Amino acid sequence: MAPFVIVVLAFYAGPLINILWLSVTDPEPGIGNYQKLYETDALGRILWTTFRICLITTFFSVALGYSVAYAMVHAHRKNQHIMLTFLLVSFWISVLVRTFAWLMLLGRNGLVNESMEAIGLISDPIRFMRNELGVLIGMVHYMVPYAVLPLLANMQTLDTRVMSASRNLGATGTQTFWRIYLPLTMPGLIASSLLVFILSLGFYVTPAILGGGKVLMVAEYISVQLLVTLNWGTAAMLGTLMLFSVLALLWIMSRFMQLSAVFGGGAAR
Amino acid sequence: MKPGLFARLNRVGAWMALLFLVLPALIAIPVSLTPKRFLSMPKGDYSLRHFEFLFSSPEWLSSFAQSGIIAISTAVLATALGTLAAIGLWRVTSKYSEIVRAFLLLPLIIPQIISAMAFYRLLIPLGLLDSYAGLILAHTVLAAPMVLITVSASLANFDPKLEQASRNMGAPAWMTMRRVILPSIRPGVFAGALFAFILSWDEIVVTLFISKFNVYTLPRRMWNGIRENTDPTVAAAAVVLIAITLAAFAISAIVSRRRAQTALKED
Repeated sequence: MAPFVIVVLAFYAGPLINILWLSVTDPEPGIGNYQKLYETDALGRILWTTFRICLITTFFSVALGYSVAYAMVHAHRKNQHIMLTFLLVSFWISVLVRTFAWLMLLGRNGLVNESMEAIGLISDPIRFMRNELGVLIGMVHYMVPYAVLPLLANMQTLDTRVMSASRNLGATGTQTFWRIYLPLTMPGLIASSLLVFILSLGFYVTPAILGGGKVLMVAEYISVQLLVTLNWGTAAMLGTLMLFSVLALLWIMSRFMQLSAVFGGGAAR
Repeated sequence: MKPGLFARLNRVGAWMALLFLVLPALIAIPVSLTPKRFLSMPKGDYSLRHFEFLFSSPEWLSSFAQSGIIAISTAVLATALGTLAAIGLWRVTSKYSEIVRAFLLLPLIIPQIISAMAFYRLLIPLGLLDSYAGLILAHTVLAAPMVLITVSASLANFDPKLEQASRNMGAPAWMTMRRVILPSIRPGVFAGALFAFILSWDEIVVTLFISKFNVYTLPRRMWNGIRENTDPTVAAAAVVLIAITLAAFAISAIVSRRRAQTALKED
């Protein structure tokens, strides 16, 4: 255990603290970097875009994820196996490959536009890319497996006799779902939403490519600050904000679900 | 209990959602077969020229090799670190061990862009920017938590009495480790190594920051290709990556099935 702790301390926690430190020392000591949040309109806009996109992504990913997790838990064993395979295969396909695929599908002459034109659904190609729609499609596609795993962990532990009891007492299926099932899955639902939101906050690849520079989110802005304008102070400030948001959300998440159960889901199969 | 209308509708929806997850990636296959020089769907005629180029271009081949070297080194180091940490945390159960575990899992959950910044800043003074050592170091820190998770999952099913028995019969600690503990958690260690490999092999965000000319990994080359958005070689590379992912996935499925079978026999 000791070597790993030392490695993480020296090569990870140390540098992270260095970033926090930079945010109040570069280019000059003080909270100048944080003042920029109020003074620069662009920064506020970027934070708002990021927040909005993360929220919408979370909503759709968790809605789809809930449906998938529900169907998986209630499917026959064999189907359950196929569904899990689909889920994990998509989980493991490289994010670059998936983003590239959406580029092919959603472009002006992409497969989606061409097929919709061919069957006469639309006369002019729809703009899917270089806007928020494209970013959202790519992000939801990436996040659904992450949304499913905590929900699955939660739903598998439910006692199905409670639902049967509800049905036997005369409740309809819909009533049972809204009054019994949904409240019982609330911890999973919250954990899943928080996980997707956290991962969306710092997501870089898909927004950068499918947004085509038109949809600027915090992660991409940080990378521009570091690699193009060499503005470490602002980048560190944004990184610090993001880091504390993530840690706070993680802390909230740990109140609803054991974190190891959430993360174990992805790896332990 | 007969499924209601809602459940049946939901089942259809869930299958469609799963298809939505898996199918889009497959578009890389037809695009990689286009005979044209630019990214396009092949219309009736197919060609393997982009695969030929992929496997004969020195740039792409060197990226494959570099990614391979980095991913294998990462897998070895991360597996060693993660396994030792998992065993340590499993043996020492105090109120602090959960905090330590959470701390060790941080690299997995903290946004990669922040990790990228931290590593960038770390590697400048060490002189390891744009070097194999720098990339392997960064990827190891990111991948070791993955190993910690899989090995911990294996250890959860391992009976601590076996370890005590071995120690009571006079086996020294290293022998207990090698002959008793390691064999029973081997599937978890193996899965962890595989995940560490894939994580490093795919990693792009940190790599974008800490590599430049000397080290030019496969994801980095793809990233540039995708941004320029013209070269169908990227599609061919994507197909190869999908194939590798599916192969790794199949291997891990076979291993875990074999593990399940041995577990059944032991019962």
